Amino acid sequence: MGVIIAVCSSLLGGTLVLRRFSFIGDGLSHVAFGAMSVAAVMNLTGNMTFVLIITIICAVLLLRTGKNSGIKGDAAVAMISVSSLAFGYMIMNIFSASSNLSGDVCSTLFGSTSILTLTVNEVYLSVGLSLAVVITFVFFYNKIFAVTFDEDFARASGVNAGACNLLVAVITAAVIVLSMNLVGSLLISALIIFPALSAMRVFRSFLSVTLCSVILSVICAATGIIISVLAGTPVGSTIVTADAAAFIIFYIGGKFIS
Amino acid sequence: MSQIVCENLSFGYGSNLLAENLNFSVNAGDYLCVIGENGSGKSTLIKILLGLKAPDSGRIILNGIAKNELGYLPQQTEMQKDFPASVYEVVISGCQGRCGLRPFYNRNEKNLAREAMNKMNIQNLAGKCYRELSGGQQQRVLLARAFCASRKAIILDEPVAGLDYESSHEMYRIIHDMNHNGMTIIMISHDTEEALRHSTHVLRMTRNMNEKIFFGSKEEFLNHDC
Ligand SMILES: Nc1ncnc2c1ncn2[C@@H]1O[C@H](COP(=O)(O)OP(=O)(O)O)[C@@H](O)[C@H]1O
Ligand SMILES: [Mg+2]
Repeated sequence: MGVIIAVCSSLLGGTLVLRRFSFIGDGLSHVAFGAMSVAAVMNLTGNMTFVLIITIICAVLLLRTGKNSGIKGDAAVAMISVSSLAFGYMIMNIFSASSNLSGDVCSTLFGSTSILTLTVNEVYLSVGLSLAVVITFVFFYNKIFAVTFDEDFARASGVNAGACNLLVAVITAAVIVLSMNLVGSLLISALIIFPALSAMRVFRSFLSVTLCSVILSVICAATGIIISVLAGTPVGSTIVTADAAAFIIFYIGGKFIS
Repeated sequence: MSQIVCENLSFGYGSNLLAENLNFSVNAGDYLCVIGENGSGKSTLIKILLGLKAPDSGRIILNGIAKNELGYLPQQTEMQKDFPASVYEVVISGCQGRCGLRPFYNRNEKNLAREAMNKMNIQNLAGKCYRELSGGQQQRVLLARAFCASRKAIILDEPVAGLDYESSHEMYRIIHDMNHNGMTIIMISHDTEEALRHSTHVLRMTRNMNEKIFFGSKEEFLNHDC
């Protein structure tokens, strides 16, 4: 399960980094946190579905504001993300029935071992969503490349760049909701960005960067999960630490090659 | 019949008007050279031709050529500098416009990409990383990509900016060659003298709105100038 999520999260890394979109991933993860708190408080049964829908809506909105409005893209992201973070925490504080509030918040932010305690339905939903993400990405891979490399050219040659951007935003949202379960909302960006950054140190074509990030992400996730089970460390932060370590190795490796 | 007609085109950014009531037309097989000082709106005009930006008023009429059949070589941007992409990946992305919803490239498109690379003499660079090429090689890669996108007309925005004499010469030769084979060329250039050598028509943009924008054949331009 963790491994499937790792695959999904690393797919879009290259695109997001290269288009200077990494901040959107970060902003969205905070939105997901806000939505999660609301869902938790309202005791919604379809917890994940609710969070997913809210996050997708916000992804679309963010993309819009980043383009058109007077507010600059990153300012808009900062506004939305910080307010949903604050809002989420506030709601949890006021309404939470749980006696262990800081424990709840902490696990939403940094992830918990909850990957092992997901309900059966949530597992099905996660697997289904992961498959959908992978299939969509493969199907639109060439379009995503064209639009990422040169949006103006792609548009001029008849690619529907707007739809493509929308697709990227929606996939990002789906990936974030998936990864919430694994590493928690604060660490999601790391899960998405690190493998791509590492791969870009060493590889020189878009395809090899994408493949390498996926493999790297899977290795790091597996290592992280195993270590966390053996050493009793928190799953999310162990995985991200593994990703960071891999980045350092690739960084040094990249220096040697060039 | 004219392939591309611009009728009463006015455009600018907000209150910064760049051109007013601009009229010109390009026939199939013409070689139009767009000149004018920096900031006179050349790149903007091209974005309007390509439909990347809407004009304030006026319209563009295309005859016998679809909107997505205008090949495009953009002015170089910083963005592409750190992008990990192989030459082949960049060139074949020029075919993307023909794919519609089809996810992968077919045999025709792969052949077209090969042909384009042969034409630009970059076939031996296919697996190389785009960002590690010299300026001249990068421009030829982008030209090959434009060639994949269109066999009828190509619009080039300062294709030789920043290139040394040797590479510029090679670029001009390839462009002239494509024009010779019937392709319509619209090229922005700084180097008036070299650009005029092969062109058939000239459009001169100006920053001063009171000065008239010149459009005419090369002969008219040369007479008009002296
Ligand atoms: N995206 C933009 N927003 C606002 N103004 C712009 C934009 N792009 C260009 N301009 C302005 O429009 C004018 C013409 O730009 P441009 O078409 O790039 O000129 P050229 O290519 O002839 O050098 C310049 O004064 C420039 O500052
Ligand atoms: Mg320009």
